[in-house]
Amino acid sequence: MTTATPSPRAKSRLADRIFSGTTVFAGSLILAALAAVAVFLIAQSIPALVADPAELKGSPSSFWAYVAPLAFGTVWAAFLALLMALPVSIGIALFISHYAPRRVAQGLGYIIDLLAAVPSVVFGLWGIKILAPAVTPLYDWLVNNLGWFPLFAPPVSGTGRTILTVAIVLAVMIIPIITAVTREVFLQTPRLHEEAALALGATRWEMIQVAVLPFGRPGMISAAMLGLGRALGETMVVAMVLSPAALITFVLTSSQNPSTIAGNIALNFPEAHGVGVNALVATGLILFAITLVINSIARVVINRRKAFSGAN
Amino acid sequence: MTATTTTTGIVNSLTTGRLPKWAPWLTLVASWVIVGAINGFMAAAGNGEFNIAVVLVLGTVLFDVAIFVLAYLVEGVRQAKDRLVTSLVATAFIVALVPLVSLLFTVVSNGLARFDPLFFSSSMRNVVGDGGGALHAIMGTLLITGAATLISVPVGLLTAIYLVEYGRGPLARAITFFVDVMTGIPSIVAGLFAFAFFALVLQDPGIRFGLGGSVALSLLMIPVVVRSSEEMLKLVPNELREASYALGVPKWLTILKIVIPTSIAGITTGVTLAIARVIGETAPLLIISGFTASMNYDLLKDRMMSLPVFVYTQYANPGSDVQPYLERAWTGALTLILIVMLLNLIARLVARIFSPKLGR
Repeated sequence: MTTATPSPRAKSRLADRIFSGTTVFAGSLILAALAAVAVFLIAQSIPALVADPAELKGSPSSFWAYVAPLAFGTVWAAFLALLMALPVSIGIALFISHYAPRRVAQGLGYIIDLLAAVPSVVFGLWGIKILAPAVTPLYDWLVNNLGWFPLFAPPVSGTGRTILTVAIVLAVMIIPIITAVTREVFLQTPRLHEEAALALGATRWEMIQVAVLPFGRPGMISAAMLGLGRALGETMVVAMVLSPAALITFVLTSSQNPSTIAGNIALNFPEAHGVGVNALVATGLILFAITLVINSIARVVINRRKAFSGAN
Repeated sequence: MTATTTTTGIVNSLTTGRLPKWAPWLTLVASWVIVGAINGFMAAAGNGEFNIAVVLVLGTVLFDVAIFVLAYLVEGVRQAKDRLVTSLVATAFIVALVPLVSLLFTVVSNGLARFDPLFFSSSMRNVVGDGGGALHAIMGTLLITGAATLISVPVGLLTAIYLVEYGRGPLARAITFFVDVMTGIPSIVAGLFAFAFFALVLQDPGIRFGLGGSVALSLLMIPVVVRSSEEMLKLVPNELREASYALGVPKWLTILKIVIPTSIAGITTGVTLAIARVIGETAPLLIISGFTASMNYDLLKDRMMSLPVFVYTQYANPGSDVQPYLERAWTGALTLILIVMLLNLIARLVARIFSPKLGR
């Protein structure tokens, strides 16, 4: 490497170029993989879109009539799960970041992370064997006393295998994700803002209202969307707990529930053949598109906040 | 605020109008006892049964109301709101603990029934009803996850190196963004992708094999590896790199000999956590690796069982006598949780023991 003409720039060595080329290749591979996911899913979906809809399961009038209840069930279950998980998660995040004593706060965080470590199939087993029987009396009561309310219209499910049970399990599963993100954001609240509020005589809740929550709002929104994305794609819980039917209904406690895209794929894929496989792949493509959009929005919100936050 | 000041000698004006420190705790215990007593009486009267989870949750809700009323009467509305929120926030935590405790308790108590040597030494081949085990599933899980790790770690680590050491400009930004987006890919979509890919490439519309599962799992694992390795590489102080350059060491050797060894503990932790995340994935393996009752050591051909799919199939396709199948499902679930916990523990230990001592 000792050449006669000294140059102010470092010599580009072959090994350096090979190494950096490898890293660029690895990075590009990820982009290529993501593109391949889209391309191959589309390629396998096309036969289902052009096929005679009578060949699909349940002989719907068109492919879209087949997808509509599934797409509705996916969004409805995920929305219910988010509705339950979001307040609880924000509460836990506040508890860990601003209420619990410093010494135990990290341990409490680990406990919540434990929930994230439980595999989804175990949640499914728990949901069907423990939770569903446990909530059946509650559903009975709801339908008997609040049956006039459209969400609890009779008849009641005798097994507890309803979309509400699914949503509860999904909520438990997304709580750790939402908690982790919101906790990080709450911890980044500028100390000076908090102390200024306290110094003006605010109680702890008033301090959180004026300092922590406004600062953390973008973080909470994106955490909610990340949780939503996770709930949309969750498969095994739906496949194991729900008793599905091909219809669109908002009723929470009936034995006739709209299934979700992911749950429907898991239930039908092992036995599917021919154009049925393509139809399932096509529904998967729709799920992929929905989660991609939601996750992208969440990431954009997070990244924008990072750039303009006053924390750094 | 002065409504409660009584004329008993000296009054400390700073502490009047406040509930004493023990008041919330006393209220909490009292609420639990009251709800527990009501539930107990109802159970004794044959109206439902005693349920500790219901008592704890309802008791805590009663406490939320009681502490608000109490604080409102003694301390005024601002303090009352503060106490209400404090108790609500604690309630949220307890509510989240109930499913966790219930789940761990059921899995352990139901799983222990078949947690025996037979379970870990036999497959399900020719087993109907009693007996049988999950050796084929455990082997499959180890092989599939191992192959997924072999694919994900080089790609993920090299990408992280690119992002931290080389990456500037639009490509790096695109990779960062899409890695983030990739973390949100539903696992079943990853499975469908692996299926769609191999079914088209290998021209086999009913394809099922182990390596396909590994590819699907890598798709889920790579973003986790990239994210954690990136964080760890960023933690390496720039002074170390500059010292190395000053000694005339080329950049690639600096990365291999200085940057990576310094951050290897953190990277190992990240990889272990990534393995823990994908080892419990069911849906993609159900689709591309399928299920079988027999041993299969060959990743490249035939269906291969994995532990999560084993749990699912034992639950979903039981024989005429359901009990042994359910017991195997619970034991499989227990094994799975133990593996995941063990991986998490290893990750934390590695992080604690081998992390470099960076001065200070």
